[in-house]
Amino acid sequence: MKHHSFGQQAASSFKSVALSVALAALLSACGSNVKLDEVPVSDRSGVAVNAADANANAGANQGSSGRSVPTAVADETALGQPPASVARVIYFDYDSYLVRPEFATTLEAHAQFLKADAKRRVILQGHTDERGGREYNLALGQKRAEAVRRQLGILGVSEAQQEAVSFGKEKPAVLGSDEASLAKNRRVELTYR
Amino acid sequence: MPWRGLPTTVLRTPGVNSVRYYLRLPRMLFRAAISIGSKSLPMSFPLSRRAMLGAAAFSALPFAHAQFRVDVSGVGLTQLPFSVAPFKGNEGAPQDLAAIVRADLERSGQFRHVTPIVGTLLDETSVPDLAPWRERVTDVLLTGSVARLADGRYDVRFRLWDVVRAKDLGAMSLPVAAADLRLAAHRMADYVYEKLTGDKGVFSTRLAYVTKSGVNYNLWVADADGENAQAAFTSTEPIISPAWSPTGSHLAYVSFESRKPVIYSQEVATSRRRLVANFKGSNSAPAWMPDGKRMLATLTLDGGSQIYSIDTASGSHTRLTQSGSIDTEPTVDSAGKTVYFVSDRGGAPQVYRMPASGGAPERVTFAGGYNISPALSPDGRWLAYVSRVGGAFKLQLMELASGTVTALTDTAADESPSFSPNSKLVIYATRVQGREALMTTTLDGRIKTRLAGARGDIREPDWGPFVP
Repeated sequence: MKHHSFGQQAASSFKSVALSVALAALLSACGSNVKLDEVPVSDRSGVAVNAADANANAGANQGSSGRSVPTAVADETALGQPPASVARVIYFDYDSYLVRPEFATTLEAHAQFLKADAKRRVILQGHTDERGGREYNLALGQKRAEAVRRQLGILGVSEAQQEAVSFGKEKPAVLGSDEASLAKNRRVELTYR
Repeated sequence: MPWRGLPTTVLRTPGVNSVRYYLRLPRMLFRAAISIGSKSLPMSFPLSRRAMLGAAAFSALPFAHAQFRVDVSGVGLTQLPFSVAPFKGNEGAPQDLAAIVRADLERSGQFRHVTPIVGTLLDETSVPDLAPWRERVTDVLLTGSVARLADGRYDVRFRLWDVVRAKDLGAMSLPVAAADLRLAAHRMADYVYEKLTGDKGVFSTRLAYVTKSGVNYNLWVADADGENAQAAFTSTEPIISPAWSPTGSHLAYVSFESRKPVIYSQEVATSRRRLVANFKGSNSAPAWMPDGKRMLATLTLDGGSQIYSIDTASGSHTRLTQSGSIDTEPTVDSAGKTVYFVSDRGGAPQVYRMPASGGAPERVTFAGGYNISPALSPDGRWLAYVSRVGGAFKLQLMELASGTVTALTDTAADESPSFSPNSKLVIYATRVQGREALMTTTLDGRIKTRLAGARGDIREPDWGPFVP
C-alpha cells in the first residue's frame, strides 16, 4: 500500500471511490457476481474457464470480470496475470488461422490487461493438430499466433509486449485422432511470464 | 584401384597373381563410445559424452534398437548370390564380422546369402578351390581374418573372389580399434556392393533421428543399419529437423528447450553446440549450404515464415524469399545453385525452386493440393516429397528431368524424406500398425526396410553423408 501524505490521501481516496463506482457499474452491466477482491490473481481453480468450457460457453463467460484489472493487488511490482476467468486459449478451424469472432471478448480482456502495464508481456504460442508435416505445421501455428498478435495490436497492444512463436504439432493439448481432440489442438495459448 | 580419397599402399605377393592393397582408416573421432547395439554387450553410456552433456538428465539409459528389418516386396527381383566365410580368428574379437557383412548385403535386398560350405576354414591368404562354390551357385566369396595387434587394435583383412570367373577381386587390410570393428565390417560390405553393382555402398554411413519416450526427447546418431545408436542431445522439450552438415562433422537441429523453436549446430565428435538462430518468433527448418559455412532456415523475425540464409559464424542473415505467405522447408542442390522449398503463396503448400541467391521462384509440384517436405537426391536427378492424398500423407518421387511422379509407399502418414548419399534409397518416417517407424525404400519402391522404435516413438530421420 502506498503511503500518502495527508493532503494526497484525500485526493487518492476520491480516486478510489470513483474507481470503485466505475467498477461496480461495469460489473453490474456484465451481470457478474464475482467480487473482484475475492478472485486470487494467479489461482485458476475456482471459476477458471477451462479449455472445453471456453469453447462451449462462448458468449457466457467472456463477459464476466474480464474487463477490469484487479485493484486488490497488494504488491504493485508484480506484473501478474489476467483474472482466472479469462480464457487463455483461442481455437481455430482446420488449415485456418482466422480468429473466430467468438473469441473477441477474450482478446479484449487480454488487451486490457496488457495495456494497463507496459512491462507486461504475452507469449502467443501457436499450435496445430497432428495432421501434416512438422515444419509446415510450425509455420501454420506461427500464422495463428501472428493472427492473434495482429488482433491484439488492433486493440492497442504494442509490438514490444508480444512475441508470437509456434510449437506446430509438437505439443498437443489432447491426445487422440478424433475430430473433437484434433479441434482442441488447433489453438493459440496466451501465456505470461 | 585405390580406395577413393584414402592413402593406399600397393604390394605384390609373390606366387599369387593379384595385388594387395593396404589401407589406413582415418581416426574416427566420434567412435569414442562403446557399441551398445549388440545384444551380448551390456548397455552403457560413454562417460565422456555424459560429462559433456552435464546437467542433462540421464535417468533413462539410451535404448538399443533392433536392426532395420528388410521387407522385400518386389516380385521377380534379381538378387546376386554371395557367400561370406567365417573370418579366421573372429572368436578373439567382440564383433562377428562375417555376420555384419552378411546382414548389410542382405538388407539391401539386392543380395542373397548362400551358406558357406560346412567346415570352411579360409582367410584372405587362401587361394580356394572355387569349383565347390560354383556348385553352390554363389557368385562371390568373401574370406578374411581378424587378429589382435600389439597396440590393442584389430587387424581386419579380407579378400573377395569372383567365383564364376575365378578372379581375385581385391584384398584389403583395415587396422581398427575395437570400437570400430562394426565400421570395418560395413566398409567390407561397401566394397562388395561397389564391386558387384558399380554403385557406392552406404553401409558405413550414419543416420540422425529423434525419439520420444514419455517426456524425454532424444536426438540419436546411429549406423545406417540402426545399430550403435548414441544420443547426441536429450531434452524434455521437442527436438525436430536434424540436418547433417555436408561433411558430417555437425548436426543442426531445432530445439524447443527455450519454449520456442531455436536452431543449434552441434559438433558430433565433441557434443559442443552453438546457437545458430534465436530471432524473435520461431526459428526452424535448418538446411546446410554445400560450403558448410552457411545455412538456410525459416525465420519469422520480420513477421511470417520466410526463408533466410544465415552465416553460421557471424549469425548475419539475408532474406531470400519475399512473400506474405508461408515459405519454409528450404533444401539446396549439391551444387549449391538451386533452392527447393515449400510455399503456400498459391493458396496451398506446393514445392517451388529458386536460384540460391534469391530470385523469382518457379513452381515444381502440380499434382495434388498439398505438397511438402522436398528432398533432393545428391545426384540431382530426383525430388522426394510428401503429398496429401485424400487425407493420407504419402511419399512421392519425382524424376526432375521429366516431371514424372510415382508414389512409393502403402502407408498413410509419411513424413520427412531424406536420400542416402548414393542417391539410391530414401529414408522417411511413417506409421506402421499405429506405431511410428523409420523406413527406407529403393526408388522403385520394391525393397523396403523398417526400424520400429524399441521404446516410444521414432521420427525425423536425416541420412548422413559419405564419410571420407
